[in-house]
Amino acid sequence: MIKDTPKLILRDIPDLHKVDVYLKNGGFDAFKKALTWTPDEVTNEVKKSGLRGRGGAAFPTGLKWSFMPKGIDKPKYLAINGDESEPGSFKDRQIFEQNPLQLVEGILIAGYAMGLKAGYIYIRGEYHKWVKLMEDAVKSAYDAGFVGEKMKETFGTNFSMDIYVHKGAGAYICGEETSLMNSLEGERGYPRVKPPFPAQFGLWGMPTTVNNVETIATVPAILNMGAENYSKIGAPKHPGTLLFGVSGHVNKPGVYELPTGTLLTDIIYDVCGGVIGNKKIKAVIPGGSSMPPLRGDEIEGVMMDEESLKPLGTHIGTGGIMVMDEDTDLVKITLRIAHFYHHESCGQCTPCREGTGWMEKILKRILKGEGTSKDLDLLVSVANNIEGNTICALGDAAAWPVRGFVTKFRDEFEKRVKPSREFVAPNVVHGKVTSKDKLVFA
Amino acid sequence: MEIRFSEAELKEIEQHKSKYPNPKSALMPVLWMAQNKWGWLSNEVMQYVADLLNLTYAHVLGVATFYTMYFKKPMGKYHVQVCTNVSCMLHKGDEMFEQVSNKLGIGHNERTSDGLFSLEEVECMGACGGAPMVAINEDFYEKTNISFVSKMLDELK
Ligand SMILES: Cc1cc2nc3c(=O)[nH]c(=O)nc-3n(C[C@H](O)[C@H](O)[C@H](O)COP(=O)(O)O)c2cc1C
Ligand code: SF4
Ligand code: FES
Repeated sequence: MIKDTPKLILRDIPDLHKVDVYLKNGGFDAFKKALTWTPDEVTNEVKKSGLRGRGGAAFPTGLKWSFMPKGIDKPKYLAINGDESEPGSFKDRQIFEQNPLQLVEGILIAGYAMGLKAGYIYIRGEYHKWVKLMEDAVKSAYDAGFVGEKMKETFGTNFSMDIYVHKGAGAYICGEETSLMNSLEGERGYPRVKPPFPAQFGLWGMPTTVNNVETIATVPAILNMGAENYSKIGAPKHPGTLLFGVSGHVNKPGVYELPTGTLLTDIIYDVCGGVIGNKKIKAVIPGGSSMPPLRGDEIEGVMMDEESLKPLGTHIGTGGIMVMDEDTDLVKITLRIAHFYHHESCGQCTPCREGTGWMEKILKRILKGEGTSKDLDLLVSVANNIEGNTICALGDAAAWPVRGFVTKFRDEFEKRVKPSREFVAPNVVHGKVTSKDKLVFA
Repeated sequence: MEIRFSEAELKEIEQHKSKYPNPKSALMPVLWMAQNKWGWLSNEVMQYVADLLNLTYAHVLGVATFYTMYFKKPMGKYHVQVCTNVSCMLHKGDEMFEQVSNKLGIGHNERTSDGLFSLEEVECMGACGGAPMVAINEDFYEKTNISFVSKMLDELK
């Protein structure tokens, strides 16, 4: 049954990346439809669809577009976020590969709705091959007259915009929207303090919207099928199809387009063929390494959409599902995650720069067998002190998984640490030893 | 070696500049071009790029050092990148790194004395479904294993 769900983005059409094939399969129909409406009507349609951002925060896309100022003379921009560096996330690259022209069409629709001058597709530097694929797709769209000045004639409209591809060079932080803008401006990718928000003061000081690649690639499908129909797919408060990237200990890892609200167990056991060697599951990270984990004994009945995951203390994130079997050493995994965030911290904020370093150091100590149970409390306290006290959300992204693993798997961590510096002392009452209660000096 | 872009390359740089309202934005694409041409970003190369784009050397240095993919020292002809992040670690990517390191006799961010190989322990490469993964220069090898990688390295020698 799961296999019959609609494919709106990863459509099973060979050579869909070629302009003629894309056109034969309804290419640019959605954009033509958009042109028959006013820009506001397009934004409202996206609002009505219930589409929420696929970059991590699940922010309502139509609402975000409506923040862009109207009736001003300044150029406005869209940055399309394809930095895709969150460990466990590998779905945008599938779009670059399989359906890049739908991304181009989505950018044009967004451009018309918000009155944009240009869209910049920011792709992580390690994706050399996929940067090239996307560049080729953009070029072919230009050559066919669908983008740039020539599109005025092609579509019989006054609206035109440009689309460019910008290649990153290895920095996770550049996925953060304000860091991404600095990077596009030829600066170091330091996140900016908000406010001002990008819609007011974004790229080159101009109004800017930042959206994830998958978010924008979804938009043509919404216009084609109608917002009403789209909103009926999947979970009502977080509708549509989502590209789940499943990795770790499953038999068939990969990117799967499935309705939101699909059961996590269906994804793991049906779609991905179960756990390698039929082992039990110890932990699952549901949405990329920043998201707190679920215990293996919690995943029954869990639906994969933001509103279902929130009450469980975690989030849909990028839809990157990481499955860990019963033999996984979670201390080692938590240390690896802590190391990543420490390595990627840009160093602007003390809680993030120092805190991520401390967490890594403490976890190293625990892995070596030199930690004490007090270190576990210390980890949680460091995480609490990072959370919410930083310029950008990398701080939270570092704090959440560490706190999540230590608290959810406290039993496993306890087994790896020595008890705090404590000794058993006789309890003396009126000169008589009554019991061997512990006195803890830690 | 003279540090100069060819006429065609200078034209390409003009094209990059025209994509952005401020030519400063062309810095990253130009640093990529420079690294592809000269293999790494020496002080001379960074000074040359700074002059070309009317930027200070300090700015170019700041940007070049912020991004890990810009090499600030010469790397091997074959730059071997082994991912040890979570999804790859679940498929023994960390052991793969140790094995490759032992085979090549170099550690993280080091280069063999003949200049043929360099090694880097990389963060998630966005190929987690293909774990464990190794990249050599721009090519990804997914769902790979040490005997395949080992053989490939032997063939490159
Ligand atoms: C440290 C950090 C890294 C991020 N990396 C990405 C990324 O690689 N891709 C992405 O789309 N969003 C990423 N985001 C989220 C973006 O800041 C932004 O919310 C998103 O691109 C908005 O797009 P959406 O509304 O379509 O989801 C990251 C955020 C943080 C704090
Ligand atoms: S939270 Fe961390 S990554 Fe974000 S701005 Fe502060 S130091 Fe930099
Ligand atoms: S963890 Fe290795 S590619 Fe993502």
